Amino acid sequence: MTARRILLTAAAATLFALPALAAGDVGQLEKQPVNLSAIGMFLAFVVMTLGITYWAASRTRSTSDFYTAGGGITGFQNGLAIAGDYMSAATLLGLSSLVFAKGYDGFVYTISFFVGWPIILFLLAERLRNLGHFTFADIASYRLDQGKIRTFAAIGSLTVVCFYLIVQMVGAGQLIKLLFGLDYNVAVIVVGVLMVVYVTFGGMIATTWVQIIKAVLLLGAGVILCFLALSRFGFSLEAIATSAIASHKDGVKIMGPGTLLADPVSAVSLSLGLLFGTAALPHIMMRFFTVPNAREARKSVFYASGFIGFFFLIICVLGMAAITIVGTDPQFFEGGKVGGKLIGGGNMPVMHLAKALGGDLFLGFLSAVAFATILAVVSGLALAGASAIAHDLYARVIRKGEATEREEMRVSKIASLVLGVLAVVLGIAFEKQNVAFLVGLTFGVAASVNFPVLILSMYWKGLTTRGALAGGIAGLISAVTLVILSNAVWVVVLNNPKPIFPYEQPALFSMTLAFIVTIIVSKLDSSASARAERDAFEDQFVRSQTGIGAAAAAKH
Amino acid sequence: MHSPANTPVYERVRRNPKFQELVRQRSRLALVLSAVVLVGYYSFMMVVAFAPDLLHKPMSDGSVLSVGFPIGAGIIILSWLLTGVYSHFANGRFQDLTDEITRETLQ
Repeated sequence: MTARRILLTAAAATLFALPALAAGDVGQLEKQPVNLSAIGMFLAFVVMTLGITYWAASRTRSTSDFYTAGGGITGFQNGLAIAGDYMSAATLLGLSSLVFAKGYDGFVYTISFFVGWPIILFLLAERLRNLGHFTFADIASYRLDQGKIRTFAAIGSLTVVCFYLIVQMVGAGQLIKLLFGLDYNVAVIVVGVLMVVYVTFGGMIATTWVQIIKAVLLLGAGVILCFLALSRFGFSLEAIATSAIASHKDGVKIMGPGTLLADPVSAVSLSLGLLFGTAALPHIMMRFFTVPNAREARKSVFYASGFIGFFFLIICVLGMAAITIVGTDPQFFEGGKVGGKLIGGGNMPVMHLAKALGGDLFLGFLSAVAFATILAVVSGLALAGASAIAHDLYARVIRKGEATEREEMRVSKIASLVLGVLAVVLGIAFEKQNVAFLVGLTFGVAASVNFPVLILSMYWKGLTTRGALAGGIAGLISAVTLVILSNAVWVVVLNNPKPIFPYEQPALFSMTLAFIVTIIVSKLDSSASARAERDAFEDQFVRSQTGIGAAAAAKH
Repeated sequence: MHSPANTPVYERVRRNPKFQELVRQRSRLALVLSAVVLVGYYSFMMVVAFAPDLLHKPMSDGSVLSVGFPIGAGIIILSWLLTGVYSHFANGRFQDLTDEITRETLQ
């Protein structure tokens, strides 16, 4: 397929969505009248980002430009972009709604989301930069069997990308349903189409700048909303808490840990998944290849964790403020019944808070920003998925390094189109899920499949191809199986009465299993190739520590 | 990628005492800081799971905000400050050492 045909297909998909856009859903429209300022601000963002994509397209000539923006992003820019990737709609809507619904438990969830960052910096960031080229599979297969380990690492990345795409698509559908009064499916299709356009034409340069702009907008919106919320309560956190206790059905219990994390096994498994899953998200790892050297890679984590930590604290204040402001206002509940079902679903407290505090104009602004957030994050995910397909599977494994840049670029563009279609289909299938828990599941798979092979390939000389494969497959199968058997899929999607796996987060079991299997099989591996792989560790170690040999990789 | 095993350049780096020094010091810093974050966070999670009442305690008499909030915020802020500590040393002293090793090796 040529680029022009891909463009035509994308255009056709947009046109296909237009009649549905115009017709809308009358039932929804009555509940949420069309907000012209919101639509205007969203369209302004789309026009601006399409402009950036046009500009980026002229600068995206090589595969290096496409996958990593040619390694020309600074530490500060990359810090903002990483923060943008991480401050997704799932974190904005999901975490604030958890604080809204569960009080302190939501805060614990938020903390668990955050503490992965320092660990990434201390153990991974500089090694990722020094060893990696385009994808995480470059590192995993550095001294192991190119064909097998690359294939496996690419499949691991794609699984994580698909799970996380579902999360983002569900957020997009709910958000646009609330804002525009549109059909859920139409919203999901619009996101899919724009995502494919950004990635296919603008590659990593467009994806990064869309992400940076969005991160600045989101931080700005969060600060303004937090300021408005605090001003309602005389700038006193004490007053917010007092009022929240009076308004919440659980009363004073929301001031400390409650039922959400009551089970210690559940809590540990959740935190393992979030902690090590963060380190192994393909669209986050990919960002470390966009900076010129290890020095900038470290700086980017410092900036990113600063922005993320600040934003997460703001989110918690917003969630607590929403307990009173949204939770006691009949206009935000279906049928005006306070304590009943929130209009737009359980993930919407922060959007309602924006309306309550800043009126339709601010709701419009935050909705446009949240929509931009989804677009930016799904673009990063699609690019990570496309690089796994085009760079790892196609160029390295199928064509064994013989593919030309042109061919690889073409495959990566087709891959982003396919991922766009897949994202839309999965987004529609998972409509009714709580997005924050789906994020937890994504992280569980990342922690069990990608993280063990990544960390062991960097830190353990004894790792062999057989060990990495066996452990990775054990991690993938166990994590996916446990997710399917857990409440989120087994009961909610498949309509069974009771979950077979009682916990939300599989990481404690699946990640441990992956590590154990990897280590045992590696130790038992006495083949000649295993010996060569162990011997190659010393050179890999020098490069991972000093970056000697990596600088050249970034240039071409 | 594609680097042949035990290339002379990497062999020269390995024999450089400064490289051993760099690896030892930077690894120690990374491990100590990781341990601080992980021990802090998992201690907190253990309290959440096994002794949640400790976090329900009010910050002061007459306050409704529990001690859990400043403790949680403290974990986020402290973790971030530690990334600053690591970046300061890794991008300062350790980067200078790395640059020296690279110069000595490639000249």
